[in-house]
Amino acid sequence: MSQLTLRPAEAGDGGPQARRPGPRPGRLRRSLTPYLYLLPTVLLLVALMVLPIVMVVGYSVMDNVITTRSSESVGLDNYVEVVTDPVFHTAIRNTLYFTVVSVLAHLVLGLAFALLLNSAFVGRWAKAIFRAIYVLPWLFTIAVVAVLWRLLLNPNGVVNYLLDVTGFIDGNVEWLADPDTALHAVTFINIWCGYPFFMISLLAGLQGIPKDLYEAARVDGASAFRQFWHVTIPQLKPIIISMALLDFIWTTQQFALIWMTTGGGPINVTEMLSTFTYKLAFSKYEFSMASTSAVIILALSMVLAFFYVRHQKVRD
Amino acid sequence: MSNGALTRRRIFAVLGASALALTAACGGGDSGDDSAGGEVTLEFSQWWEPELPDGSLRALMDRFEEENPGIRVELLSGPYASTKEQVVAGAAAGTMSDVVGLDGAWVSDFVDQGSIASLTGLMDDAGYDDSALASQVQLEGETYMIPVVNFVYPLFTNDDLLAQAGITAPPTNRTEFEAAATALSGLGENVSGWALPLSLETPNGVQNDVMSWVWASGGSMLADGQPDVTNDEVRSAVEYVKALWDDGAIAPGSFTMKEQDKVEEFTNGRVGMVISSLAHVNTIREANPDLNFSISAIPAEDSYSGERGIPYASWGIGVAENSEHKEEAWKLIDFLLSEDVNAELSTLANAFPGNTASVPDFVEGDELFGAAFEIYQSGYPANEFTGLPVAEELMRMFSEELQRALDGEQSVDDALETAQDRWLEEF
Repeated sequence: MSQLTLRPAEAGDGGPQARRPGPRPGRLRRSLTPYLYLLPTVLLLVALMVLPIVMVVGYSVMDNVITTRSSESVGLDNYVEVVTDPVFHTAIRNTLYFTVVSVLAHLVLGLAFALLLNSAFVGRWAKAIFRAIYVLPWLFTIAVVAVLWRLLLNPNGVVNYLLDVTGFIDGNVEWLADPDTALHAVTFINIWCGYPFFMISLLAGLQGIPKDLYEAARVDGASAFRQFWHVTIPQLKPIIISMALLDFIWTTQQFALIWMTTGGGPINVTEMLSTFTYKLAFSKYEFSMASTSAVIILALSMVLAFFYVRHQKVRD
Repeated sequence: MSNGALTRRRIFAVLGASALALTAACGGGDSGDDSAGGEVTLEFSQWWEPELPDGSLRALMDRFEEENPGIRVELLSGPYASTKEQVVAGAAAGTMSDVVGLDGAWVSDFVDQGSIASLTGLMDDAGYDDSALASQVQLEGETYMIPVVNFVYPLFTNDDLLAQAGITAPPTNRTEFEAAATALSGLGENVSGWALPLSLETPNGVQNDVMSWVWASGGSMLADGQPDVTNDEVRSAVEYVKALWDDGAIAPGSFTMKEQDKVEEFTNGRVGMVISSLAHVNTIREANPDLNFSISAIPAEDSYSGERGIPYASWGIGVAENSEHKEEAWKLIDFLLSEDVNAELSTLANAFPGNTASVPDFVEGDELFGAAFEIYQSGYPANEFTGLPVAEELMRMFSEELQRALDGEQSVDDALETAQDRWLEEF
């Protein structure tokens, strides 16, 4: 380790070398300034995100909070209780089905419509009209979507009427109220309102693929399917993976649609992790158990978020 | 200005902005603070204002302010569901409004939480005579909520549909009701006899459409304040509902049907009979002026001749424990329950008054409301969910078990046994 020793004569001359051992005030201010600009955001993140998360994690190991005057720690008892609750298992199964089917359908439909809108066989005006029609479901808020589909899927609604007159069904089907069809019905509604996000993103991706690649493939004698499989899909792969991971995270957290269409019923066939947690908090007032459930959902979401971030880093 | 001074000013500006942002984010000043002039501002959160004619609740508050100089009332209004969540959050954070609109189903949980004050002491301090009050919600001898107005749930019948089905008068007992419901369902064209909303999102159908059969025959779902849903009265009512289900007399879509769906089905003439709130009379008239319908008491067991319990829901009122102005808060409650104001509020809400001396105007001028008032006076208001812990969750649990029974997954006996066990866990 080297050490700078100042001779008295040098120390007293007031030159620049005399101030070298200590940090210059100007330099300190310059180095701190970026952090000070970041400070409002950091403080907001701490106050609105970190603090609530820490509080919820803390709540999850208490006997109960908010509705009780004094709370005691119960360790991991709440976690054991939630994880061993059969309704929680049902909620996990339903959430998994709802999410996986929704994401896959969003991807397939989004890609199909994006290819259609990017096709040279469809005219400019037709594209504009179809683009507006296809994107419509995405523009409705979830409350509107829920009310709309509750009316359409009503036993006396339009869907049953159309299926009846075309001979597909005989009599009234209770799409949302029948335990055999309710989960599929809410999944269908979620697919309907979610595919445009994929479509728009994939359309942007398709428009960014260089035409040279297709020309080269055609020169090599590649069929339309092989061009799609060996040019389009590899070019879209980064977008597809990002979108699928994001959609997976969002769909696992879907609450409003389920709550407003079925409330988790009939019985518990559409119970999701989100509705399970909500009921614990605002119906049973068991805020500690709700926090426990929320922490488990957070942990599962973090796993997905980890893959998303890792994928983004690889892309960069 | 030197670079150092400029930097210092920047640092202070950034810090100031951060502090402001945080203050804004954390929000919420003290409620009901005295202003410099010694004026008290009461916050009154409720879901009533959106359900009343525009400006009518504010007009009542203005009259209260005139009669009580130095007290101002700030109305915090929202839909029922969001009011409940706000009250829960406010209770937890200690920022509950001074005066709060309450549903009887919330009271037990708020008392456990220590967030609402006992009104007994406030009444005593003010020397209030409570003999005129129609009801009070009490826990362990203390009053925590007073129903300001009550919405009763009689039987609505579509008289034209009944006539088409060959029924000349609304049913008065279970046998007549079953016959009428089956005959209505036999009319075809998507018409059903009765609607049974069992949505798990808002499970109050258990209270209004299932337990109402028990109360109408003088029965009870409780014994000594504890759950007793396996008794003969409840079993008889649930078996009766199951029989209606098996007869195909209940409108499809029950398991996700909500109260408003039920009203719409009745309004559109697709359901011949519903048990519904009197508050829906005007909604139905406005939506379908041609609908010819009447109101009668909920049918009782054939052999029953005693007084009939009629389900009701209340706009209740209470005072926050954290309020610094409980005395002024009580003055507002006293005002709303006074004879003339309570009659006026009841008239505006199409509800029955919480003050027994008040007579709403609509009783005199409207045949349907007059009939409902007679039913109300000849029976007794019955709602055993009021004051129970996690009342809404109890309804949801019962609804789940009933759905399983109706779906054939379990017998009625098993459904009641399971519901009883699940309810006991919550007690």
